[in-house]
Order: sequence, then structure tokens, then C-alpha cells
Amino acid sequence: MNAMTEGWLKIGRLHDVPRQGARVVRTAAGAIAVFRTHDDQVYALEDRCPHKGGPLSQGIVHGHRVACPLHDWRIDLESGQAVAPDVGCVARYPVRIIDGELWLQLNGAMLGGPTPAQGCRHD
Amino acid sequence: MGKPKLVVIGNGMAGMRTVEELLKLAPDLYDITVFGEEPHPNYNRILLSPVLTGEQTLDQIILNPLDWYAQHGIRLHTGDPVVHIDRARRVVVSRSGIEASYDRLLMATGSRPVRLPLPGAELAGVVCFRDIADVQAMVAAAREYRQAVVIGGGLLGLEAANGLRARGMQVTVVHLASWLMERQLDEPAARLLQRTLEERGIAFRLAAQTEALQAGESGRVCAVRLKGGEVLPAGLVVMAVGIRPNTQLAEAAGLHCNRGIVVDDTLQTVTDPRIYAVGECVSHRGVFYGLVAPLFEQAKVAANHLARFGIARYTGSITATKLKVTGVDLYSAGDFMGGEGCEEIVLRDAGRGVYKKLVLRQGRIVGACLYGDTLDGPWYFELMREGSDVTALRERLMFGRAHVGDAGHGDPRARVQQLPDSAEICGCNGVCKGTILAAIRDQKLFTLEEVRAHTKASASCGSCTGLVEALLAMAVGGDHSTAPSKKPLCPCTHYTHDEVRAAIRDQGLKSIPAVMRRLEWKTPDGCPKCRPALNYYLLAAWPGEYADDAQSRFINERAHGNIQKDGSFSVVPRIWGGVVSPRELRAIAAVAEKYQAAEVKITGGQRIDLFGIRKEDLPAVWRDLSAAGFVSGHAYGKALRTVKTCVGSRWCRFGTQDSTGLGIKLEQATWGSWMPHKFKMAVSGCPRNCAEATIKDFGVVCVDSGYELHVGGNGGIKVRVTDLLTHVKTEAEVIEHACAFIQLYREEAHYLERTAPWVERVGLAHIKARVVEDADSRRALYERFLQSQRHAQHDPWAERAQGGAAHEFAPLETVV
Ligand code: SRM
Ligand SMILES: Cc1cc2nc3c(=O)[nH]c(=O)nc-3n(C[C@H](O)[C@H](O)[C@H](O)COP(=O)(O)OP(=O)(O)OC[C@H]3O[C@@H](n4cnc5c(N)ncnc54)[C@H](O)[C@@H]3O)c2cc1C
Ligand code: SF4
Ligand code: FES
Repeated sequence: MNAMTEGWLKIGRLHDVPRQGARVVRTAAGAIAVFRTHDDQVYALEDRCPHKGGPLSQGIVHGHRVACPLHDWRIDLESGQAVAPDVGCVARYPVRIIDGELWLQLNGAMLGGPTPAQGCRHD
Repeated sequence: MGKPKLVVIGNGMAGMRTVEELLKLAPDLYDITVFGEEPHPNYNRILLSPVLTGEQTLDQIILNPLDWYAQHGIRLHTGDPVVHIDRARRVVVSRSGIEASYDRLLMATGSRPVRLPLPGAELAGVVCFRDIADVQAMVAAAREYRQAVVIGGGLLGLEAANGLRARGMQVTVVHLASWLMERQLDEPAARLLQRTLEERGIAFRLAAQTEALQAGESGRVCAVRLKGGEVLPAGLVVMAVGIRPNTQLAEAAGLHCNRGIVVDDTLQTVTDPRIYAVGECVSHRGVFYGLVAPLFEQAKVAANHLARFGIARYTGSITATKLKVTGVDLYSAGDFMGGEGCEEIVLRDAGRGVYKKLVLRQGRIVGACLYGDTLDGPWYFELMREGSDVTALRERLMFGRAHVGDAGHGDPRARVQQLPDSAEICGCNGVCKGTILAAIRDQKLFTLEEVRAHTKASASCGSCTGLVEALLAMAVGGDHSTAPSKKPLCPCTHYTHDEVRAAIRDQGLKSIPAVMRRLEWKTPDGCPKCRPALNYYLLAAWPGEYADDAQSRFINERAHGNIQKDGSFSVVPRIWGGVVSPRELRAIAAVAEKYQAAEVKITGGQRIDLFGIRKEDLPAVWRDLSAAGFVSGHAYGKALRTVKTCVGSRWCRFGTQDSTGLGIKLEQATWGSWMPHKFKMAVSGCPRNCAEATIKDFGVVCVDSGYELHVGGNGGIKVRVTDLLTHVKTEAEVIEHACAFIQLYREEAHYLERTAPWVERVGLAHIKARVVEDADSRRALYERFLQSQRHAQHDPWAERAQGGAAHEFAPLETVV
């Protein structure tokens, strides 16, 4: 294994995930949702809504957000944060597209927003 | 280069709302400076009335405290009006000499109260009713003087009179016209209002004109002399005779004004596109608005352009008025006087002190004037705004919404007031009264939409909407009313459902991106509200041609099952007319065991639900069910659900026709069709109606002479009993009518509008005209339905069992 792929796992091709959709990667620690937006950005989030655990992978992907299928909370894919006025966030995982292939870093879970100030509020 | 500079003149309701909307859209775009003439931060002017009565305090009505300005980096100069605009240099100058240059200028200078040019008008003790200073002057005067005269018996005058009376003064209202609030009320309603106010101790001089204000020894006003000689003693005189748009500064700057600052639909001044204007200082299409709801609409549009989105348009508003005098219920909207070509429906109930008048033109409500019982005001207003044909409702209209089948929750206002803070208002989201009131107060919410966004109350099934509106009315002081003149499909567009449908049809738009491009969608790919709607509209417009977009469907329709709270799915195979054979029951039982269904339940729709199926197993479950002859029951879809039947003449001693057989035929003709919302049918074998046909979207009640056809029923959130569509003689006619009705619904209803609200909106007369009275029209609808069914009656389960859309069901990868 070279440095580039260390800790990274190949999970499929970009084309395997429908545009404006998501697929699930099952892991021992639970499901991870891999989203592909209308402009081919890819994000990986824990597949559990911060509200009541709804499977985010089943939601409607719009812009860089997903609407939870259970009660319609909106989650920002980039930060993992619920869109205001809802409050909560889900863990994000690093994903990369290399040569049309998707790589996921399983041990790289990140909580909170892109900056520390936006950290996740857990009560 | 720094940020572009935005200067706002006027720190009032419209100006600051525009800034708030702008910050939402583009928080960092501008360097913002605000000048305000008053020495206060932005406050809720509407609530000056309850402050005057003592029901609220000044602190409670502040909308944006000083630290709000600081937090958003806004430079605020209070107590320092702008006195000069130099358009050539793009600089404004304030009274204290501060200069601020601008790239964009927003004028929101509001109105000035009209001061009658009477002898004595400038005396001490003569005030208007416009701002905090006026209210403070009135409160102070009420402590020292006993008598007050209010000149003007309009909205503001009466609210002032009521407030001063509440503070213990003897008040006389002098009014020029022969009845009160003549611009909002007709004479009978105004008389009732007058009687109520007289009972509270307010005196009136109607058709009376003030001639002069007289000074006492101290030089302060001491009396009002009327034409005819009567002299009314007064230690305080309030002039509330109208307002005039405050255009002085704009005129001096050479901006075109015609009663207000003239703006176009983007709220840019017609003279200088760098200068925007909103609020009461504006004249838009010749109209000037003096209520906040339309001003907030303007604010939204102006913010949209300032944020450089450049798509919103303001096209005017219809407004409705309420009087904020506690205990007085009054509501008026539109052309309430009637006249030539109009028809009036009037209800008088002197015992209860109730008066209601509706003005109709060509079967549509054009005006309403309600006194004593205004509960249905917003409903009439909605019917009016949407231009609904009310012919079919005519007889029951006056009794209110509760009597047209929409058996809501009784009088929400009375109910809500009695409730303790802990009472649950929204059963769906578990939101209680105290939480909603706190949110309205603390987050400064004005509209139903805002309460929904912040509290989730009324955001789901909507049945508590009336209660939430009542809470808003309680907290915001009665007038949060009026909405924009048209409701956009969703926040991604300013077009309505009907406009979008028309564009799809007339401009031959055939994909979601094409619609979004042509209609200038504000978001790159829509939202969960518009995408499913567009997908349906396209499917309905171009059967067989449009390629369904799975990603624009809610998960249930994408996965052809109902998602459960634990992420598993339920499976409901179609059971035609509720009739099932032992062999079929065995096949279902085998599937339930093989895939470990967690529960098997008989549904309320005469079929069987298998719960707790893992998503990955769905295709296999369906393969086994297909093999036994089952197709999808569409229990998850905006589509035909069930056709409930009773045993009918096959077994029942009362049965008049074969209701079971007819139900199966109806189900076979219509299954698979996508619709604006779910659609349920039932066939009962006699008027005992064991299949509950009269609360279905389309219900058949068999009678000896044939079949009664009923439409627009609903057994859900708000029970609505069907309307009788017609009576026919043969099964073939039943099926043709059913299909034609469905097709009309498919072509005309808004997405997510069930038949009950649709029928109420467009009117039964319209449906009868298209489906019953005009046989050619019915035939054509029927043909179009058959045509679309040719492309719809493919079992989605069988397709997926054979490998269709496999990615939907299999995980991308499993890592152990
Ligand atoms: C399974 C069933 C309850 C049962 O165990 O009996 C059921 C279950 C659900 N109903 Fe229902 N309804 C069921 C019969 C009814 C009935 C009775 C009937 O059809 O005779 C009604 C009242 C009649 C009517 O619709 O007018 C009914 C009125 C609703 C409503 C309110 C609709 C309305 O217009 O007011 C909703 C909410 C909605 O659609 O937005 C709803 C929504 C739901 C949903 C889909 C909630 C959701 O969005 O997830 C439930 C799905 C459960 C699941 O996973 O399967 N269900 N629901 C019934 C399925 C019937 C079938 O065989 O397909
Ligand atoms: C007592 C009362 C009760 C009301 N009740 C209702 C009701 O129930 N429902 C309803 O819908 N509406 C009601 N209204 C009307 C509503 O308050 C107004 O429509 C609304 O406030 C207008 O907003 P605006 O921003 O255009 O003007 P304003 O809110 O008046 O704001 C304009 C601001 O600009 C300032 N200004 C003027 N010139 C300059 C300058 N040169 N430089 C700097 N600042 C300047 C003014 O001092 C003022 O603070 C009521 C009004 C009053 C007075
Ligand atoms: S099945 Fe229907 S009534 Fe029962 S909880 Fe679900 S939506 Fe509510
Ligand atoms: S579980 Fe996601 S919104 Fe409720």
C-alpha cells in the first residue's frame, strides 16, 4: 500500500452513485451514506439523521443538501450540520474521486463544521 | 477595493426588514450604514396601539436591539435624519453633518401623519399618532388631563381613542364622514362598532367638522370648536386624519414622485436605478400601501435585487384590515361596498352583535366586511385571492368554513386563549403553546411561514394552522394578515403551480432542467418541494414521452415501499376490491415467513401490510409476490391507493348492485396512474354505505335505479363528506365518469392537493361542467386518461424484481 492510499478504501466508481442521489457503504460501525450532487461533488456522511436517526441516504439531494426522508430536516453535506433553525450534526468522512473512482477514509470521521467555531453541539 | 456600500435612509419596519432579508441572502456583500430620524432602534410600529392601552411595554416592541446592528457590522446613526442626497457624488448628508457615500441607496422614509391646517394646530397638547414620541406624549397627558378629543374615526383614530379611554380619559371622536372607518366598513358594520365603543364610554360626533383648536391660559390646547358652534373641552387633541408618503427628501434629490416615490416592479426608483425605495414612502403601479404585510413583500423583492439575484418581482398585493381593539372583532377586505354588477350576501344577528357581508361578482368573492365574528375572514380572503368560484358553496358560505365539510376544530381563537402554556398545539411535532409564543416573541416572527420554520408547528399535517394563526394574532397584535397576491410553488421560484403547468404545456418543456432554465429557477437544482411537483407535472403533460426522474421522487415512490421509522420498508400488495383467495393468502404468508416480516397487519384499506422488510430484500420479496400474481398496491404513492368495496348483491340481503365486481373493474381501470396526491375510491352496494364511499375521492353508492357518483371526500386530517356529482345507469358510465374525473384532477390540481381541497378551490360547478354536463368534454378526458394509462400500467415491482434500478436496493460496498 502506498502513502496515497493508506487508510483509504476504494468503494466503487462515481457512476455507481446516481447524480442527485446516494448509495450506502455498510461498515461494522454502521452505515455511511455517499452522496453525489448535481454538480458531481461527492460527500460521505454517517447515515443517521441527528433528529431521530433517519437514513439520510434515502433523502432527496438538492444543491449541496439532503432532506431527511423521515421529518424533512435539511442537512448541509459539506459541514454535516443541520440547516437552521434545526440544530444538530452528523459525522463526515473524507472521500476523494481519483480517476473516476471513489475512495473513502473510514478512520477519518470528523465531527462538526468546517471551522472549529461551528463545532457540533451535542447535548 | 472594499465592499460596495449600502446606505439606508429610515430605520423603520420596511427598511430594516429589507436589510434582514438581504443579510439572509448575502450576509457579507455590503458595508451597510443606516440613518434613522427617531432616537430608537427599529421597533414594531403596529404595536404602538397596545403600548398606548398599556397591554404592552416599549421594551417588548423593539424588533432589532442595538447589539443586532453591531453583530452584523451595521453602522447605525439614530436621531440623525438625512437632510441631503447628492446623486452626482453619490453621498448623503445627515443633519449632524455626517457624510456617507453609497453604491446603492435604499429609501424607507415611511409616512408623515397629516396635520390639518386649522387655527391652533400647532398648540402644545396637539399630537399625531405615529411614533414612540407621540405615544409618550399621550401617556403623559393622560396622567394630567381628563378630556381628550380624537380627530378622525379611522383605524388609527379609533385605536388612539380606545387607548386613551383605557388610560382613564373621557374621549370624544370627531369624524367627518357619517360613519366610522368608511374606507373599511359599510354603514351597518360601522354602526355596530360604534355601539360597542360607546358602551365602553367613547363619545362620537359624526358628520362633524373641526373648525378651530382653542388655547387655554397656559397656552396649551384646552378645547375643540366644531362647525355649528359646539365646543368640546380637551387637554389633549389627537389628529389621526391620514398619512402622506414622506417624499420630501426624494423630491429634493430630483427623484420622480407622484404621491409616493415612484418605483418599478424591482423596487428601483424609476429615476435612478442605484436608488431603491420600499415601504409607505413608495408608489408602486399607482398604489401606496399603509399596512406592513405588503411592505414586507416589497422588502423581500428589494433584498433579492440588492443581493444581485435579480429575479424577484413585486406585482402588488391585496390587503385586508383588522382593528386592534381588544374585544372588537372586525375584518374587512377588497371591494366591500359592492354596487353595479355585484351581488351581496348579508347576515345579521343583532342578538350576538354579528354582521357579515360578502360581495360577489360572477360567482367570486370580491370583498368582505365582517363584524363580531371574524373567524372566517382569512378563509374568505383566501377564496378571494385565489379567485375561487364559490357558486356551489353559496348557501353555506355565511356559516363559515366549519360548515362546508371542513370540520376543523371549532373557534380556534377562543380555544387557544383558554389553553395553558403547556398545551400541545401541533400534535405532529409536539410543539406546545408556550414554545410558540416564546418563539414569536423572542425571534420576532410575523408570519405563519416563519413560525413553521422556527418551531415546526403546523409544518406537517397543517391541521393546527388555525390555532397557530390565532396565536400569532394574539401575540403580534392582530394584524400579521395579508399574504402576497400569489403563492409561488416553492421558494425556488416566483411562479405559481398553475403558471408552471401552463409553461410546461405551452412552451413544450420536457425535462426538469428545461423548466428550471426557462423559468429562471433561483436554485441550481430545486428543492424537495418543487422537484417532485415538476416531475409529476411533466409526467402528466407528456405521457409516454417524459422519462421519469427517480431522484426527484420522495423515497417511498423511488423505492416503491413505505419507509418506516427504523429505515425498513413495508410492502402492501394490491388486493383487487379487497377480495382474496386462500392460495393468495398462503403466498403472502410464505413471503412473510421467508423474509421475516416483523408484523403482518390488515390495513384500513382492505389489504395486507408486511412490515419491517429490509430494503435489500425488497426485489426478492416482490419477485415471490409477482410469481403468485400480485402487483404493487401503491400504498406509498401519489397514485390510486385502494378501491374499498362491500359485499353488495353477491351476498348481502340489501345489495342493489354488484358493488364488489364494480370495485374490481374500477381498480383495474385506474391502478398505476400517477396523480397530484393519493386517490381512494369505494363502492357501496346500497345507501347503508358499508364501504364508506362518501368520504372517498371518488365514491359510488349503488341504488336500485343505478349508481350515485360522489366526489371530493376525505377521511383524513380534515373529514370532508363528498359532493354528489351525478347519477348514472350503467357500470360503463361509472367507469367513464370516474376516469374523466381522475383525468381532470390530474390535469388541473396542484401537486399535493387532494381532491377535497381541489374541489373546494375550483368549485363543484366547474367539475360538473367538465365531467357531467358536457359529454364531449367527458369523452375527451376519458380518452386522455386511457392514453396515459397505456404508459402507466406496468407493475413497478415486477420491473425491479427483474433487475430494474438495482442500485437503489444494493449497498455500494460492504466493509467488514
Ligand atoms: C397502513 C395504513 C394504516 C393501517 O394500518 O390500516 C396507513 C398508513 C399510513 N398512512 Fe394512512 N394508512 C392507511 C389508511 C388510511 C385511511 C383509511 C382509508 O384509506 O380508508 C385514511 C383516511 C382516508 C383518506 O385518506 O381520506 C388515511 C389517511 C392518511 C393521511 C391523511 C390524508 C389526508 O388527505 O388528510 C396520511 C398523510 C398524508 O397522506 O399526507 C396518511 C399517511 C399514512 C402513512 C403513509 C404515513 C407516512 O407518510 O409514512 C402511513 C404509512 C404506514 C406504512 O408504512 O405502511 N394516511 N390512511 C392504511 C393503509 C391502507 C392501504 O391499504 O393502503
Ligand atoms: C399606531 C399605528 C398602528 C398601526 N397598526 C397597523 C396594523 O395593525 N397593521 C398594519 O399592517 N399596519 C399598521 N400600521 C402601519 C404600519 O406601522 C406601517 O405601515 C409601517 O410601519 C410602515 O413601514 P415603513 O418602514 O414604510 O415606515 P416607518 O415604519 O414609519 O419607518 C420610516 C422611518 O424612517 C424615518 N425617517 C423618515 N425620514 C427620514 C430621514 N430623512 N432620515 C432618516 N430617517 C428618516 C422615520 O422616522 C421612521 O422611523 C400602524 C401604524 C401606526 C402608526
Ligand atoms: S398509520 Fe396513519 S394514523 Fe397511524 S400513526 Fe401512521 S400516519 Fe398516523
Ligand atoms: S429523523 Fe431525520 S428529520 Fe426526523
